[in-house]
Amino acid sequence: MDTIPLIAPATPDRDSLKRRLERAGFDAITLLLLPAVLFVVVLFVYPALYGFWLSLHPMNGGGWLANYIAFFSDPYVYGTIITTLELAVPVTLVNLALSVPIALRVRHMRHQRLLTTLLVIPVTLGTVLTAQGMLNYFGPLGWFNRVLMSLHLIHMPVRLVHNFTGVFLSQIIGGFPFCFMLVLSYVTGIDPSLENAAAMLGARAAQRFRHIILPLLAAGLAITFCLAFVQAFSVFPSAVLVGAPSGPTRVIAIAAFHAAYEEYDYSMGSAIAIIMGFVQIIVVALVMWISSLFYRGPAGGGKG
Amino acid sequence: MFATSDIGGKLWRIGVWAVVGFFLLNLAGIIASVVVDSLGTSWFGTWLPDGFTTHWYSDAWSGFQLGGVLQVTLEVAGAVILGSAILGVPAAYALARREFPGKKLVMLLFVLPLIIPPFTYGIPLASVLYQFGLGGTLTGVILANLMPSVPFVIFILVPFIEQIDPRVEAAARVFGAGTWDLFRRVMVPLLMPGILAALVLVLVRTIGLFELTFLTAGPDNQTLVVALYYSVFAAGIRATQSIDSMAVIYMVTSLICLIVALRFVDPTQIVGRAKKAEAH
Repeated sequence: MDTIPLIAPATPDRDSLKRRLERAGFDAITLLLLPAVLFVVVLFVYPALYGFWLSLHPMNGGGWLANYIAFFSDPYVYGTIITTLELAVPVTLVNLALSVPIALRVRHMRHQRLLTTLLVIPVTLGTVLTAQGMLNYFGPLGWFNRVLMSLHLIHMPVRLVHNFTGVFLSQIIGGFPFCFMLVLSYVTGIDPSLENAAAMLGARAAQRFRHIILPLLAAGLAITFCLAFVQAFSVFPSAVLVGAPSGPTRVIAIAAFHAAYEEYDYSMGSAIAIIMGFVQIIVVALVMWISSLFYRGPAGGGKG
Repeated sequence: MFATSDIGGKLWRIGVWAVVGFFLLNLAGIIASVVVDSLGTSWFGTWLPDGFTTHWYSDAWSGFQLGGVLQVTLEVAGAVILGSAILGVPAAYALARREFPGKKLVMLLFVLPLIIPPFTYGIPLASVLYQFGLGGTLTGVILANLMPSVPFVIFILVPFIEQIDPRVEAAARVFGAGTWDLFRRVMVPLLMPGILAALVLVLVRTIGLFELTFLTAGPDNQTLVVALYYSVFAAGIRATQSIDSMAVIYMVTSLICLIVALRFVDPTQIVGRAKKAEAH
């Protein structure tokens, strides 16, 4: 983009520094960034660094790595990483796997808006309503089990809440709409003529998906995966409300909260929070690396 | 795709719609069970409650100090909207229009709060706020909620701004407009739809944002979602119907915001544009 600042030329000797800065891209408009940058530095970078510093100064003495050593030597605590990953990775993959075929169908629909609105409703429910609803609906005396028992599909109520399944389902209900909206927007960005051309050359539906849609969608899917994974990985309310927070769904956020707010050990709480951030970043980096192996380029066929 | 007329294609299509139908059916069941319960007298082991009443709603209003909680929620949301507009709109404009050394670093700075789990920076942020005497205060809750909203507004607005022809601004400059005039008289009016869309989405997000409020709020300044969580967490003290009626109030509040948001903007479009912007 052409960004020559349209400011009347000043005398060169007096304004030389200003001119030089402007030529490098720093003018009055670039300065508009300053308040937002300062805000993020004060409320994000500083707390993050402070948390890191805090985590290296254990409350109960010991070396500066004592918190991290304590974390990785107690299976009840470091196990929360595995529990969280076991929950977050499948949830995100299932959400993506559901979103892609549905989005591929929905994009050809005429009443797209109605269906998208319906599918987005869970966003407004909030974790607590979803949890309450699940306790009512999926509970042993809830409608879901009643219907299945009336149809003689099951003889005993299925246990769907207060366990791993409960948290899994609540994450699908809460996470799917978000995944779907993102995937739909990426899918609609693909020029249909690319697929039509492949169909004309005799490619079957599965082949068209594998060789045309998937490579074009890879980058978008990677971004969707990362954003959806953040939500699933930091699951907290539903793990407490519809899960079994002391056992099978003791996720890492619960461990961090427990340390900081129930044992008042902010140092340990920060250490767990930072470990959580690191695991998150590793997963995001891994996904981005995998997606970089796919084709990257315009999906708009010709105009791109 | 898969719009083929062969049997496999048809089966596939039926399968996809069956999944959508199953999802929506269960979703309807979940919402209906909360609404029915919030209107029922007592409900245990039958298809429907024994009788219907609305007294849980008036109970929730008085028992939960719901009026106060709603007021806090709206105050927080209002302040966050205002703050993220003041900080986010100028920053988005600068990012969309200028290339400068270190731009990638600034982008990274804004992306990180969106991809780092809220708990990771929420816990240290809460302790920093407590250090400055802001922990457990309304200001603290507002600042914590503002944190992820500012980058959010920036990333929504950048593609909107990139769509505006830079020659419009050049023309304003030729006629002698300074940066402030340019901003106030040219950019803000042109960007109004984008700004409104971003701010309504911030509203929906702020109402739903659990973690940061949960970590920073004191007993007097919980937003609706956190107050709800505590009421469920301390289950047994309150009747589930009372909690359910509060959850319904939450859902209606948030649904109204989302419907208003969807009138202004199609969310699929935002991401579509954002994706194009990334390709630059």
